[in-house]
Amino acid sequence: MQPALALQDVVVAFGALRAVGGVSLTVPKGQRRAIIGPNGAGKTTLFHAISGVVQPTSGKVIFEDADITALPPHRRARRGMGRTFQITNLFPTLTVRQNLFLALRGVSPGKFNLFGHARPTAEEQQRSAAALSLARLEGREDIAVANLSYGEQRQVELALAIANQPRLLLLDEPAAGLSPSERAMVAEVIRALPREITVILIEHDMDLVLGLVDHVTCLHEGMVLVEAPPEGIRGNAAVQEVYLGRPRH
Amino acid sequence: MKRQLAWLLVLLAAAALPLLLSSYHVDLATRILIFAVLAMSIDVLAGFVGRTSLCHGAIFGVATYVVIWASAKAGWAALPAMAAGVLAATLVAALFGVLAVRTRGVYFLLLTVALGMVVWGVCLRWTTVTGGENGLRGQDMRPALLVARENFYWLVLAVAALCSWGMWRFVNSPFGLSLRGIRDSESRMRALGYNVPLHLFVGFAVSGFFAGVAGAMYAFFNEYVSPTSVAMAQSVAGLLMAIVGGVGTLFGSFIGAAAIILLENTVSWYTDRWQSVLGLVFIFTMIFAPEGILGGLRRLAASKGRTR
Ligand SMILES: Nc1ncnc2c1ncn2[C@@H]1O[C@H](COP(=O)(O)OP(=O)(O)O)[C@@H](O)[C@H]1O
Ligand SMILES: [Mg+2]
Repeated sequence: MQPALALQDVVVAFGALRAVGGVSLTVPKGQRRAIIGPNGAGKTTLFHAISGVVQPTSGKVIFEDADITALPPHRRARRGMGRTFQITNLFPTLTVRQNLFLALRGVSPGKFNLFGHARPTAEEQQRSAAALSLARLEGREDIAVANLSYGEQRQVELALAIANQPRLLLLDEPAAGLSPSERAMVAEVIRALPREITVILIEHDMDLVLGLVDHVTCLHEGMVLVEAPPEGIRGNAAVQEVYLGRPRH
Repeated sequence: MKRQLAWLLVLLAAAALPLLLSSYHVDLATRILIFAVLAMSIDVLAGFVGRTSLCHGAIFGVATYVVIWASAKAGWAALPAMAAGVLAATLVAALFGVLAVRTRGVYFLLLTVALGMVVWGVCLRWTTVTGGENGLRGQDMRPALLVARENFYWLVLAVAALCSWGMWRFVNSPFGLSLRGIRDSESRMRALGYNVPLHLFVGFAVSGFFAGVAGAMYAFFNEYVSPTSVAMAQSVAGLLMAIVGGVGTLFGSFIGAAAIILLENTVSWYTDRWQSVLGLVFIFTMIFAPEGILGGLRRLAASKGRTR
């Protein structure tokens, strides 16, 4: 079966700094993959290369058999890629409902309606409700995102990324900065995602990750250090040395 | 329903003005309506896309020039001349849009200043067409029915009302929402599948279209155009009207245009340093009423609503 995503020797250099120093990865369809690694390992930069925010200095990004290395981010989104941001990145002046509406219209031609009403169709309404319910935001639809708590804003991050039912979902530390109970809730939300969605999850917290994913890639200084199923990660000496031995944040 | 009724009353009251005002004041009211449309077109970008333009005076002026040229030099009838003016302004805005969409913040502002200067320079130097410093004068441009200033006022009122409705629909449409999304976060919009420069381009062109309508009306109102009409001061005045009315309120532009034009009218009795007064108005607004008049009123109403 063709993989959902394949990276071939991807390098992202910022001047002399190789934030991603030649990463090759293959993520099969439907897999849940964690990318772990200490701060500055290049995890977010790798996501930027996958979603098109930065152009790789060299290497290839293959999404479902198509070489998308040169595509801008919006074209990748339209092909079925969704992502969240490590640093909350929403539309603060708009309501939760409007945030969801923008997410749903992003991949449909209905966004070019210049003088009509910004009302969701029945199908969009249903998708929006499904995403809100999955992200546990029911009842918060009419609140401006700026007025939500930080935890709720993280939930909107998730809702926006899953609203269009992407085939590949990239989650960049979705639980960053949350309390333990909120983190557990985010884990539940990820667990409840439809199985056919391929999920790549960046997370700092091993305890959160290891129960959620099928496979783990540990990055260190821009390189793949270890790739193993969760059982093989915790006891791995190399991972312990670069990762567990260091302060977590 | 209630809202529609309120708008109808406002419109009727505005339509009744010529019955109460002197002919001098009817002209003043006409001028206010025309500049309110310009200010609104600026607010579409400033308030809903987060892009402050300082070239809308030039886009406005292009329409004025083209209408007067088509009418006086080419002998076109009023309607085709008007259409040509609006089309020219929209094309200029589209061209500016192509250049400006990849910038934001102070770079966008400076680029629009530069683009406005280019238009001003062309109008000043291309003397064979624009009349250079002397400008262009039209004659009997209005159709017979619109020669009476009351009738012309009513036409301008109708066009201004249509434009307001159009811009209000535009900013509240799915497309308008995408512009507000871009204002809040461009990177998130891209991640959701939006071609951000394309949306900015369309937004700029639509805004320029409405500035062009205002400029075309001004041609018939003033029947004279000179490089001052496309100068930076014109853009600044339009932006200031939007700011005084309240950026992001759209209809605040009517209040802002009225405030600025009435003030100019009063001040010019006493001094010819109008530009300095305009500067002071700007400073006072920024310090004491950064949300503008309508923005401030809305906030007051909202906080009253909460305490009740
Ligand atoms: N836009 C950028 N310009 C320069 N350096 C960057 C940029 N983005 C990230 N870096 C650097 O690249 C390295 C990897 O960063 P990042 O991918 O954010 O790590 P992680 O997400 O694993 O914590 C860091 O040293 C960071 O400082
Ligand atoms: Mg990161």
